[in-house]
Amino acid sequence: MDQSQRAPGGLIFYALVYLLFLYAPILLLPLFAFNDSAVIALPLSGFTLRWFDVLWDTTALHAALYNSLIIAATTSVLSTCLGILAARAAARYPIPGKRGIVGFIMVPLVLPEVIVGISLLVVLIQLGMSLSLWTVIMGHVLVCTPFSVAILGAAFNNMDASLEEASMDLGESALGTFRRIILPLAAPGILASMLVAFTISFDEFIIAFFLTGTDATLPVYIWSQLRFPARLPGMMALGFLMVLMSFALLLTAEYLRRRSSRLISGDEAEGASLFFDAASGMR
Amino acid sequence: MSNQPIIQVRDVAKYYGDEPALAGVSLDIMAGEFFSLLGPSGCGKTTLLRMISGFDVPDRGSISIDGVDMAGVPPNRRPTNMVFQSYAIFPHLSVAQNVAYGLKRLRLGRVETKRRVEEALALVALEGYGGRQPHELSGGQRQRVALARALVMQPKVLLLDEPMSALDKKLREQMQTELRRLQRAVGITFVLVTHDQEEALLMSDRIAVMFNGSIAQLDSPEGMYRRPVSRQVASFIGMMNFLRADIASIDPSGATVNIEALGSALLPGVSVGKPGSATIGIRPEMLTMLYGDHATAERVFRGKIVDTEYYGDLTLYQVRIDDTATVVTVSMRNTAGRPILQAGDRTRIGWGAESLVLLDPLESAK
Ligand SMILES: Nc1ncnc2c1ncn2[C@@H]1O[C@H](COP(=O)(O)OP(=O)(O)OP(=O)(O)O)[C@@H](O)[C@H]1O
Ligand SMILES: [Mg+2]
Repeated sequence: MDQSQRAPGGLIFYALVYLLFLYAPILLLPLFAFNDSAVIALPLSGFTLRWFDVLWDTTALHAALYNSLIIAATTSVLSTCLGILAARAAARYPIPGKRGIVGFIMVPLVLPEVIVGISLLVVLIQLGMSLSLWTVIMGHVLVCTPFSVAILGAAFNNMDASLEEASMDLGESALGTFRRIILPLAAPGILASMLVAFTISFDEFIIAFFLTGTDATLPVYIWSQLRFPARLPGMMALGFLMVLMSFALLLTAEYLRRRSSRLISGDEAEGASLFFDAASGMR
Repeated sequence: MSNQPIIQVRDVAKYYGDEPALAGVSLDIMAGEFFSLLGPSGCGKTTLLRMISGFDVPDRGSISIDGVDMAGVPPNRRPTNMVFQSYAIFPHLSVAQNVAYGLKRLRLGRVETKRRVEEALALVALEGYGGRQPHELSGGQRQRVALARALVMQPKVLLLDEPMSALDKKLREQMQTELRRLQRAVGITFVLVTHDQEEALLMSDRIAVMFNGSIAQLDSPEGMYRRPVSRQVASFIGMMNFLRADIASIDPSGATVNIEALGSALLPGVSVGKPGSATIGIRPEMLTMLYGDHATAERVFRGKIVDTEYYGDLTLYQVRIDDTATVVTVSMRNTAGRPILQAGDRTRIGWGAESLVLLDPLESAK
């Protein structure tokens, strides 16, 4: 009975192969980012930081980075605001057809991005709007809001309703209660939502590809550079930096999310990796 | 305590679906009194309390506090404060910030706020705890913070929803005494919801016993215990022997009843009800076991002990009355020199007509 559960050897082997398959391509990035050769091929020929210098000197890249930062920052704020409204409404108010509505908000999670990109493009053109950073932001808000709703929904649902009642009981208004009780308690969740939305938007390619006008985002820029073999090592270096940043942001977000559920309900987060699962399902 | 009602509840009803959670409740709560709502789970105690505090709205009827009709007045503008069952301590604020929470809107200035917070913490014996975080407190201390946070607002009425239910027995008893002392000290009207009859008897000036969304009886603790109006109330508060009886006649001197196994008795002062069958109640401690052959009482019956339950300070005996199948419970204090009798022993039991209670007298008219 007290024998601990051990996975059979075959299963462990399967898991290792699976992880290798998943992460090997990413492991290749740093390998070639620091490789002193213009050709992406083994064997490695020496260590260099030259490709990072190349990035530093490419001004078109800087413009793309700037665009991506603007889009990601705006998207993270907008989708988090929408997420707060939707998650709060879903957590507290008896809305008829609530499950259906929330499900509808979550749909972009499973819609193929190509479809979302094309449909948005068609609609925008029909409306006579010209493509700009704003059109990309609209598309990104659409795909990021479900993540925000999921993260914030957990934060709001775990909140003890009697805390709000206690605040009202002590004379505070509904708005004051939101500001003094609900927001501080949800703050880690809000930050987590912003970081996740930022990361998703920053990395997103397909929708950005359809909806950018003349201002390319970073992923679109990278894609455009792949036609030139000489630029490849530089893109490897750039990709390496982006992976580092994404990991840092997502780890921070996960840390915040756990802290938020500890603060709110006093125990460890259940379903420990709610949005990691969702996020990896989306790629 | 005064004779001025501070809360007037008039015919308040609340329905969840077709089921009434409250079926037309009316009551007055006096200024400065310690009032308890007592009843089994689901009888509507919390529902009534939440309507007084403004978190729920009655489907029918009215509630006024201090002479002002509360219809349409939100919780944050009512002169009531609540101690929640979960305490609802704000987890991101220190003890002092929790207590000062409601004061902030009053803009009293830092010095005055600090003074009031310290005063409130002293009231609940938590001096020096202001800097603590909520997770550094025990259950009993959290409850005191919740009390201090409500009392610091100087409400006209303090509402408490089962504030002791999360505490262990020892701490609960200690807090019951302290809460009673506190209420006398501050003179604020307390309305306590509880399903613990001992707690209600111990702490209250008056108790309303509720069943199924209605008030079954509203009385002082002593009145509730000595003169329960129905079998339901009697069995909810303490122990009671129930005996079948016939009301033979009712006249100005009282009611004459024929009680199963005990015989005929005159209940002085009883004038409600009509001749017919009825239920008579008698508390186990009102039946006295007579030790020695010479001890005597107003009325005596003989019986045989069928079971003995020893509780340390007292013993409960199940006694079958001779020549009948009726078994009654007798409670005896274990004072010095009193032997503990065992099953099979024979005994004599004394009782008096003045300790009989006629239950459901109106029911018996049917
Ligand atoms: N929001 C609600 N929706 C539906 N039914 C409810 C709701 N709140 C209370 N009820 C019902 O109303 C009745 C009274 O509930 P209430 O909470 O007042 O009971 P209570 O006396 O406080 O019980 P307890 O001692 O268990 O707290 C119960 O039957 C309960 O199921
Ligand atoms: Mg209740």
